Amino acid sequence: MSEEIERLSYDVVVVGAGGAGLSAAIAARQAGKRVAIVCKSLFGKAHTVMAEGGAAAAMGNVNPNDNWEVHFRDTMRGGKFLNHWRMAEVHAKEAPDRIWELETYGALFDRTPEGKISQRNFGGHEYPRLAHVGDRTGLELIRTMQQKIVSLQQEDKRDHGSYESHIRVFAEATITRLLTDGNKIAGVFGYQRKTGEFFCLDAPAVVLAAGGIGKSFKVTSNSWEYTGDGHAMALLAGATLINMECIQFHPTGMVWPPSVRGILVTESVRGDGGVLKNSEGKRFMFNYVPEVFKAVRDHRGRGRPLVRGPGQQPASPGAAAP
Amino acid sequence: MGYDAKLRVWRGDDEGGELKDFTVEVNEGEVVLDVIHRLQATQAPDLAVRWNCKAGKCGSCSAEVNGRPRLMCMTRMNTFTEQETVTVTPLRTFPVVRDLVTDVSFNYEKALEMPAFQPPAELKPGEYRMAQVDVERSQEFRKCIECFLCQNTCHVVRDHDENKPAFSGPRMFIRAAELDMHPLDAAENRKEFAQESQGLGMCNITKCCTEVCPEGIHITDNAIIPMKERVVDRKYDPLVWLGSKIFKRAGA
Amino acid sequence: MARAINSEIKAGRGSPHGGIFLDIASRRTPEYIRKRLPSMYHQFKELADVDITAEPMEIGPTCHYVMGGVEVDPDSAAARGSIEGLFAAGEVSGGMHGSNRLGGNSLSDLLVFGRRRAGVGAAEYATKIGERPKVAQSDVDEAVTEALAPFTRDSGENPFALQAELQQNMNDLVGLIRTADELEQAIKRLQELAARVHNAAATGGRAYNPSWHLALDLRNMLLVSECAAKAALMRQESRGGHTRDDFPKMDPVWRKVNLICKLDESGVQVVKQDIPEIPTRLLDLFEIDELHKYMTDEELTRHRDGGSLSDTTAASEGGAVNGVRRETARLARRRRGW
Ligand SMILES: Cc1cc2nc3c(=O)[nH]c(=O)nc-3n(C[C@H](O)[C@H](O)[C@H](O)COP(=O)(O)OP(=O)(O)OC[C@H]3O[C@@H](n4cnc5c(N)ncnc54)[C@H](O)[C@@H]3O)c2cc1C
Ligand SMILES: Cc1cc2nc3c(=O)[nH]c(=O)nc-3n(C[C@H](O)[C@H](O)[C@H](O)COP(=O)(O)OP(=O)(O)OC[C@H]3O[C@@H](n4cnc5c(N)ncnc54)[C@H](O)[C@@H]3O)c2cc1C
Ligand code: SF4
Ligand code: SF4
Ligand code: FES
Repeated sequence: MSEEIERLSYDVVVVGAGGAGLSAAIAARQAGKRVAIVCKSLFGKAHTVMAEGGAAAAMGNVNPNDNWEVHFRDTMRGGKFLNHWRMAEVHAKEAPDRIWELETYGALFDRTPEGKISQRNFGGHEYPRLAHVGDRTGLELIRTMQQKIVSLQQEDKRDHGSYESHIRVFAEATITRLLTDGNKIAGVFGYQRKTGEFFCLDAPAVVLAAGGIGKSFKVTSNSWEYTGDGHAMALLAGATLINMECIQFHPTGMVWPPSVRGILVTESVRGDGGVLKNSEGKRFMFNYVPEVFKAVRDHRGRGRPLVRGPGQQPASPGAAAP
Repeated sequence: MGYDAKLRVWRGDDEGGELKDFTVEVNEGEVVLDVIHRLQATQAPDLAVRWNCKAGKCGSCSAEVNGRPRLMCMTRMNTFTEQETVTVTPLRTFPVVRDLVTDVSFNYEKALEMPAFQPPAELKPGEYRMAQVDVERSQEFRKCIECFLCQNTCHVVRDHDENKPAFSGPRMFIRAAELDMHPLDAAENRKEFAQESQGLGMCNITKCCTEVCPEGIHITDNAIIPMKERVVDRKYDPLVWLGSKIFKRAGA
Repeated sequence: MARAINSEIKAGRGSPHGGIFLDIASRRTPEYIRKRLPSMYHQFKELADVDITAEPMEIGPTCHYVMGGVEVDPDSAAARGSIEGLFAAGEVSGGMHGSNRLGGNSLSDLLVFGRRRAGVGAAEYATKIGERPKVAQSDVDEAVTEALAPFTRDSGENPFALQAELQQNMNDLVGLIRTADELEQAIKRLQELAARVHNAAATGGRAYNPSWHLALDLRNMLLVSECAAKAALMRQESRGGHTRDDFPKMDPVWRKVNLICKLDESGVQVVKQDIPEIPTRLLDLFEIDELHKYMTDEELTRHRDGGSLSDTTAASEGGAVNGVRRETARLARRRRGW
């Protein structure tokens, strides 16, 4: 191979510029590290932009009874107790701080009448819990963090003379391999999509934030980016994968017409009053829902009836329809 | 049902290229991007096209369809007749990388120059209180998916590369307006910055940007004109009087 | 709920294109719908000429999210396995959501594990590592050869066609409802596809060439498909995002098991691994009746006998004696009216 390959050196390489990758890059930079972010799309266009419904965090803004314990419980129930309990716990405890942090970067979530971040109901969450911005919450997350990264780059320019002294974004670049030295990560190898040129980033630490695998299925809500690169490269480098049999099929993706196949109908359509009907025009979910709710009620013991009709907020003191 | 469409697609790179004719099958309910993808899968595997969400949410698939700046994933084939030749070309304002893909780094460079949100020093995370009516104005601008169609359309830079250094473009004007209208942004001088460093004065409110915005953002009426109106040294901007007229008519 | 939709479709009461109808038009005013769901309204109108304020939508099951992913340490987000210096966060990581993710829990997951865990974890690791590992030139050369291979296969296959076959295979055989027969078939077909993927060819040059990009992506798609199919075959129960027609019930014995995929010379291997035990202080957040749904009698007996389940972090989280905590939790529950 006589080809000249660009080689650069960083402390941390983040593969992926979705919500996870950008959060990791911000944290690593704030810890004083020199960070490279690599992503297959343009900067700010990762799959996270597609998320609509919202981000769950037990802030208790709409219903003050909400707290991390309730969120933890809902998460474990949703995952049917296969969750790693510690991850579910950490997640439930820290999510509110992370949402509030986004506000300090300039995010503008929808508000409650008291001016706090509004929270909406969502399937499986006991209380209204999802911080949201209309139906473009993912876009708000990405844009906010993209702009935070720009602000850090501006600080770096001021303090070190270059926007790219501590964070450099390699957009439209695909990593094809994790490089190792014995059993230690040594860097990543990939190509620039625009030119087809190869590059190699040396780094002792690599964060994979490369998203999911949906493109292996014909009908999917996922974009072309979701070819399972992160999963596969981790495997190839000797890491293990867990729970790979558990794949969520969204019940309500559009099947027709073809131009919208795979596009999701936000779950809030049902929250906002939509009903499911079969070809006979019958609302069939009622044949099932009471059963499910009965099961849910059983395990919550007696007490609060859990009838959550379409569009209704649970009857609770703090409830407010946004 | 399905039919064979006549498609004319620009193929080439920064050194040159030409329009190539293809015949591609089209099915009911498809958009231009579907047809481009079929072309890629069956006849031109190396056809370069940028896309991601195929749902009008990411702003990747911008191109010019029959000369009009559009998102390919949001342009239905049934808006054309079956006999019509559909011509797809790359955005004109930015340098071509290959085929339908252009180099949009101009926009990212301008974004780097835009002073960031300044958090209010006295508030801790979690203490932010803002009324919905007050955030809504900025939220309109935050709907932007960065498709850069407005940037591509604006005549100040379309065919005028020489204006690019001094002009940040409508995408950046709405960013300035968004921060200006943010209830808790601690920076004071957003409008002045837009005027002095972003080239707001070069805009003569033709509204072409608003017309192409797939998000329906009222770029001119809600961002550019209010900023122009309130910029301190208004007399340097001869078009302000016109702006205020339009602004009033819009009833805002 | 997805299952309810599936059974309506299977019972022949589906919509013309194999879905079912979702109707908001007859239940809310157009103004209400446009206000509450602006971008959806806009999207369907523009994309497909469907007016959701006027007509029902045709919907059906769609692959949406993978709960599975890189096995990580919950506190540092460091990947498990035989590798050091690798961290994972977001959808690519696994464990957080168990067998089914609640809507909205992904965006928060990105923030929590991306920032506090993976970002910080990677930075700390990079600080204390000392001497930097070195990239071997031979590894780079090998990566180059692998990446250029699709250009050297003159009579190779069209990667788009291969991708379509792979997708159809996964949709039909490893989809929403699974059976042993179909999963075995899927694995066989994946093996056949693997040979052909090694012969995927790119045409044209290296600049922005989608056929080349896809030819390289296929390796990854194939690997994750194999993981999903093999793990799905092994788990003989239905739970969350894994539904087996031949094992329709949730089985408490299977709850104690995580399936772990790893790679060796002969391909993807799936092994069972005990799931970490939930500490008593967290189990106390549930009524014992509910836990019956998930846990074996033996586990519950241990739990009821006073927290002999591992409780590693209870002390550091406040140090209250288990019995006291449990009583407090119970009182709190009563106060909240559960
Ligand atoms: C339609 C839709 C709606 C959703 N709605 C919600 C919701 O309301 N609430 C919620 O919580 N979740 C929702 N989700 C799920 C959520 O959006 C995703 O799980 C989440 O965004 C994943 O984020 P991430 O940071 O892990 O990865 P992503 O945002 O997908 O980013 C992956 C990144 O990795 C990069 N990458 C991948 N491979 C490579 C490679 N080989 N080399 C370099 N870069 C690479 C990509 O370019 C990209 O930048 C939704 C998902 C979909 C599809
Ligand atoms: C993508 C996605 C979107 C969601 N959106 C919503 C939403 O908008 N609103 C909402 O309320 N929830 C929503 N949920 C949450 C989901 O409804 C909950 O996880 C629910 O508690 C589980 O229902 P299930 O049928 O999917 O799961 P299952 O695992 O099939 O069932 C959960 C429990 O109910 C029992 N059960 C299920 N079906 C029946 C039946 N027909 N007869 C008797 N018992 C039955 C099962 O035995 C089990 O104990 C969503 C989930 C997903 C994955
Ligand atoms: S209104 Fe101003 S910014 Fe918009 S296209 Fe016209 S000149 Fe350009
Ligand atoms: S303002 Fe509109 S046209 Fe301009 S980049 Fe944003 S979404 Fe695109
Ligand atoms: S592909 Fe995302 S906007 Fe068209």
